[in-house]
Amino acid sequence: MSGKPYFQLGAAEIAVGVRAGQLSPTDVVQASFDRACEIGAGSENLNIVLAADHDASLAESKELIARRDTSADLGLLAGVPVVIKDNIASLGLTTSCGSRILEGYVSPFEATVVTRLRAHGALVVAKTNMDEFAMGSSTENSAYGPARNPVDVRCVPGGSSGGSAAAVAAGVTPIALGSETGGSVRQPAAFCGVVGVKPTYGRVSRYGLVAFASSLDQIGVLGRSVDDAALGLEAIAGYDPRDSTSSDADVPIYRMSALGVPAPKARDPGTETLRIGRSAVPLPPPPHSRTLDGVIIGKPKEYFPDSLDPSMRELCERALERFREMGAIVREVSLARSPLAIPVYYIIAPAEASSNLARFDGVRYGLRADSVPGLRGMYEETRSRGFGPEVTRRILLGTYVLSAGYYDAYYRKAQAVRSLIADDFRAVFASGVHAIFTPTTPTPAFPIGAISDPYEMYLNDIFTVTANLAGVPAISVPIGRVRRLPVGGQIITGHFDEYTMFRVAYALEAALGPEAHR
Amino acid sequence: MAVTRADVLHIAELARLGVDGARADELTRELSAILAHMEVLSQVDTASVAPASGVGAGGTPLRPDTGVAPEMSSPLESFAPSMRDGFFIVPRLATHEDAAENEA
Repeated sequence: MSGKPYFQLGAAEIAVGVRAGQLSPTDVVQASFDRACEIGAGSENLNIVLAADHDASLAESKELIARRDTSADLGLLAGVPVVIKDNIASLGLTTSCGSRILEGYVSPFEATVVTRLRAHGALVVAKTNMDEFAMGSSTENSAYGPARNPVDVRCVPGGSSGGSAAAVAAGVTPIALGSETGGSVRQPAAFCGVVGVKPTYGRVSRYGLVAFASSLDQIGVLGRSVDDAALGLEAIAGYDPRDSTSSDADVPIYRMSALGVPAPKARDPGTETLRIGRSAVPLPPPPHSRTLDGVIIGKPKEYFPDSLDPSMRELCERALERFREMGAIVREVSLARSPLAIPVYYIIAPAEASSNLARFDGVRYGLRADSVPGLRGMYEETRSRGFGPEVTRRILLGTYVLSAGYYDAYYRKAQAVRSLIADDFRAVFASGVHAIFTPTTPTPAFPIGAISDPYEMYLNDIFTVTANLAGVPAISVPIGRVRRLPVGGQIITGHFDEYTMFRVAYALEAALGPEAHR
Repeated sequence: MAVTRADVLHIAELARLGVDGARADELTRELSAILAHMEVLSQVDTASVAPASGVGAGGTPLRPDTGVAPEMSSPLESFAPSMRDGFFIVPRLATHEDAAENEA
């Protein structure tokens, strides 16, 4: 296989090799574990893996070989090792959500996304470290200690899907699953120099994702390249009757967007075939089109404030120049209410979290502390011992903004301003803009322990959180380095238009080439 | 709007979180500082704006009203210490004083 070490192979290269019998899935999985040992993925170094079962993963790889021998279609991700964020339920491995309250918890059922990955031939090798219950932007809030950035171990990998982003960046797997409520896939992707995609709200089933803020939560994909992310998303996207918020909108073959061709029609016969095994595009990485003729890219002025780091601005301008060179038109636009997004988010998300996390009461799941007499004593002791400081802070904040006398002033007000933020996006796309481009984060990764003020930490999400509030898809793609640390550019498109998002991302990745990582 | 120590203790009780004295003081400061940043929203005119409770685009598709049973990796009984007549038996609490409170 092209002479590259396993940890440099993309998902498509592995799938092609495994399907053709040129690669052994067992060797690929073993290589993934070897790589994890080599880079110190455990608590002794990067601390990005919380649970793994070497024997079970090898057994799964042997089952895949048996499937291949019966000539069954192995799926889009045949033999591709994947890691899963620890708030997504998986059989056999613990699902702790980075929390003491769920320490050692093994789910009796599996998330739909994990079932779909397995159906597509992917092999789950580990669960990854995360901010407790996905509340954080640095993976410092994990009850199992902070994860570290493989690019610079003194720095955070971002969060809350920091373990997943770091695993992909370090070459443990080409694809990882993460989850987003306010940027928790895109921000760590940017900090670690990989690709991270948050799909449209409703595009991917959340059955088996431990709920944080239900009107915002989405499962996303991290990949070493745009192609890895496109393959991963295509494997998990689509309607699921087990999640009432999942959409039955058709899932296009995202990789066709790499060719620069228009999105297939919603009812194109090519998209009606069985999702497993369909491959209108040959599985090897498609040649990236460098043509964006007729594509209008919006540059929202609110995301390029005067205070933006000059190095970050320079890299964004370089990316925008590449878009122009490929024939796109860059147009200045306004998302005027975006500066209000952080206050809105930090009212709505904690409010929903305070309700969702009420289920962790010592009766049904995980930790139960009952040295204090009485039911109330058991609840309070369990929750106080089980939740860390940030989760406690957000539950209290959420309880406060929902409490009598404050509901209208905070929660209802935030919901109304959220409507205005979503209206801004609708207006920009209705004006003919196909995609919006922004920096993913204001800065590169920061040193572990550098930010202690909670609100200062919340500001990390300032450019990502609007896509969650509006429910639109967005992707972070590496665009270069600031002070030797990776940073990302963000491409946002309209509801369910991941196809255009991938088209622009593929083109940018091709146009930047090695510049994206230096 | 500054949060008081009494507010913190009240919402901690509502949220069933035990908060000790020193932590209550810390949380009073932290929550007040965070909520100060939310004040900017009060200046936005939303009189004619409908609040968004969600952002699902295209509506929620209907499915047959039959429910879908979760596929369990092993029998339900294996996830609880014991069962009786189809119900989980949970561990007995140290006392039953709350039961008396609830009846009052």
